Amino acid sequence: MVSLDDLKGKIPAWCPGCGNYSILRAFREAMVELDMSPQDFIVVSGIGQAGKFPHYIRCHTFNGLHGRTLPVATGIRLANHKMPVIAIAGDGDCYGEGGNHLIHAIRRNIGIKLFVHDNHIYGLTKGQASPTSTEGMVTKNQPFGVLSGRLNPIALAVALDCSLVARGFAGDIAHLKGIMKEVINHNGFALLDILQPCVTFNKVNTYDWYRQRVYYVGDDYNPEDRVSAFVKSLEWGERIPIGIIYRNRRQTFEERVPVIKENPLIDHEVFTENWRDALKEALNEFF
Amino acid sequence: MFSRSGYHVFTHQEYESRIRGGHNFYQIRFSDRPVTSSKSIIDIIVALDNDSITLHGEELSDDGIIVYDRAMVKNEYTGDRFLHTPLLEIAETHGRDRIMVNTVAIGVVLGMLGLEMDIFFNIIEDTLKKKGSEIIKLNKDAFSAGYRFAVQGCLRCAFSVAPREKSRMLIGINEAIGIGAIASGCKFYSAYPMTPSTGIMLYISGKAKEYGIVVEQAEDEIAAINMAIGASYAGVRAMTGTSGGGFALMVEGLSLAAMTETPVVIALAQRPGPATGLPTKTEQADLLFALHAGHGEFPRVIYAPGSPDQAFYLTNKAFDISQRYQIPVFILTDQYLSDSQWTGEPFDFNDFIHRDYRIRDKSLEDIEDYKRHAFTENGVSPFGIPGTSKHLIITDSDEHDEEGHIIEDPETRIQMVEKRLFKKIPLIKEDMSSPEFYGDDKPDTVLIGWGSTWGVLKEVVDMLSKNKRIALIHFQEVFPLPNTGKLDYLGIFKDAKITICIENNATSQFSRLIKAETGLGFTHHIRRFDGRPFFADLLARRIDGIIG
Repeated sequence: MVSLDDLKGKIPAWCPGCGNYSILRAFREAMVELDMSPQDFIVVSGIGQAGKFPHYIRCHTFNGLHGRTLPVATGIRLANHKMPVIAIAGDGDCYGEGGNHLIHAIRRNIGIKLFVHDNHIYGLTKGQASPTSTEGMVTKNQPFGVLSGRLNPIALAVALDCSLVARGFAGDIAHLKGIMKEVINHNGFALLDILQPCVTFNKVNTYDWYRQRVYYVGDDYNPEDRVSAFVKSLEWGERIPIGIIYRNRRQTFEERVPVIKENPLIDHEVFTENWRDALKEALNEFF
Repeated sequence: MFSRSGYHVFTHQEYESRIRGGHNFYQIRFSDRPVTSSKSIIDIIVALDNDSITLHGEELSDDGIIVYDRAMVKNEYTGDRFLHTPLLEIAETHGRDRIMVNTVAIGVVLGMLGLEMDIFFNIIEDTLKKKGSEIIKLNKDAFSAGYRFAVQGCLRCAFSVAPREKSRMLIGINEAIGIGAIASGCKFYSAYPMTPSTGIMLYISGKAKEYGIVVEQAEDEIAAINMAIGASYAGVRAMTGTSGGGFALMVEGLSLAAMTETPVVIALAQRPGPATGLPTKTEQADLLFALHAGHGEFPRVIYAPGSPDQAFYLTNKAFDISQRYQIPVFILTDQYLSDSQWTGEPFDFNDFIHRDYRIRDKSLEDIEDYKRHAFTENGVSPFGIPGTSKHLIITDSDEHDEEGHIIEDPETRIQMVEKRLFKKIPLIKEDMSSPEFYGDDKPDTVLIGWGSTWGVLKEVVDMLSKNKRIALIHFQEVFPLPNTGKLDYLGIFKDAKITICIENNATSQFSRLIKAETGLGFTHHIRRFDGRPFFADLLARRIDGIIG
């Protein structure tokens, strides 16, 4: 049995009170309940406060570049799709710098579970606006307030027919843990947007602000109806739904790549006995 | 046709950056001896439009002939040099379709040369197998009619070409790189299409099913290189390919590969820049870009093959070296090479390097204390792969400790730079092969080149060596510069009266690299940066002028 201690990494360098601590807690508990050992999964992260996440667990880790989490995770997953791959990014990381990769990872429906620690602000670079910052929010770098509209990642993902779209709240660990487990068990690409208060730089979207607004989508909500999911995805402001917003049963990318249907690429033998003969045949077309 | 008849062949083409139309030409040179470049003098021109006559008429040799059809070029030419051939009319009469003009033209040329018809009949049958017997018959009829027209109508034709013994391999450099990659165990290729590198991806994706390779057309070059890095981290050999502008987007990923010590092979097919430049033309102007690309300091290797044969073996070496030292390795080509086809000996797979550097599952489990970036004597840490062992594979684009976790302390930083950079470089240098020496062993004049100029420079040496003491030193393994133990190329440069560095760029990039690394300068430089390749005869004349 896996224990919480098995998944304990370095001491986090986050600010006291940061929403990341609860996300870390929920994640470790989810993995324990799923009985996943550190050796059983790979975490790919980018740059930002969320990027440090895998160092604070114990797991196979590729902490790559800002915005490039998904392409690295895609390469890993295509090389070894028997291994669960979790991508961890921030809102600047995934919705700003790496926005194009998000669109195409959703299109591919590759079995990556993407957790976005969405604090609506740039933490590591100390308080500039992010793609999900509230319009009009004043920061040091946006003295006239944020002039661009807020990116709605949930609506974007539903519009792209993302295989699983979910939202959690860092202030509700028990609920978040449950969502994480559903996300990890999902077959296909999953986006989990996690509302995460930034106690240092974001004075708008605080714990209290969220607590007054978030609500569970509830048992009578059908996440498999895309049109109602789109309506649900547009809810923001006075009431913010959390839970599984949308789910479909699209075939995954891995299922559609013929050469990895039987075995993951990593298990293909290279340099076999008849390798040379097989290659010599490839030359025939040039004669 | 010529390679099947046993001739040595070199072809190259020029085309415009558009899907249809514009002025395009395809040059075929064949000989009973090896040919490795294009010439500026042409014996037979098949002009399918009037531009072909006005633009290339001057390139015709003294005995040369221009084949044209008044109806197609909409012009009338008189004189011995012109052979009017009713290509369209023959195509419509015998092939029942205007599209047969190409087949008729081939018939005319082969008739002029007196080559046997049977070999071409076989080619028609092989190529058009899927189209059915009716199409094959029409093509044969169109071909034969063109052939007969030339035999009866070209009274000046004095060419005599007999078939030789065996068929030769005819291949382009992108296919050679593709086969080299597959043979080296490449299992993953991710790229964004970009001329002139796309051929590599096309070749490999065509073989993906047969050899079990995942080929992914990425959303952009940033994704392409990051996917390759991900796949490589997970334990499969991975490669990407692009041209200058796409590589500009990959630069950040290159630095990531270096920091995480993840092997990756990058084919960089050059074309003239800056920006979009001349997208379908040729240049060797990204050498210093590839050399300096990426933030921070890290080791890399650059190979620059000059022929499909060299590309094939260097691709294998690229995979081996990149895995052995866990570094990025470049295969630098250009449009001229990418759009040329060469005959050569069949590739030999027996000399291929097949070494597996990975440690996974059982072999990793057996190591008591594993760290992905462990300090070792030669700077290379055991290449562990995430899998069924108890050990975790951790790596980071941040500076990291031996385990792979973020650090900021100066001591670890210094040790890591020593490990990644200083310890590996001398070992890598030892693995670099000497440049190729060709020509007089005590030369007064030395030509220096790298990459795609190999074929043309060898022919220049052949042309001038009758009355000059001349030699070529050609680099195919460009960076780091090879040691001088096996071939003292620096000594040869110093001893020569004239050293001429010949490059397809405006600023003599290789010459600058030699100067920076060795302090040595060359006496002369020849640069071509109009987007076109060098031609042996023109270049020989120019070099002859310098030698005096």
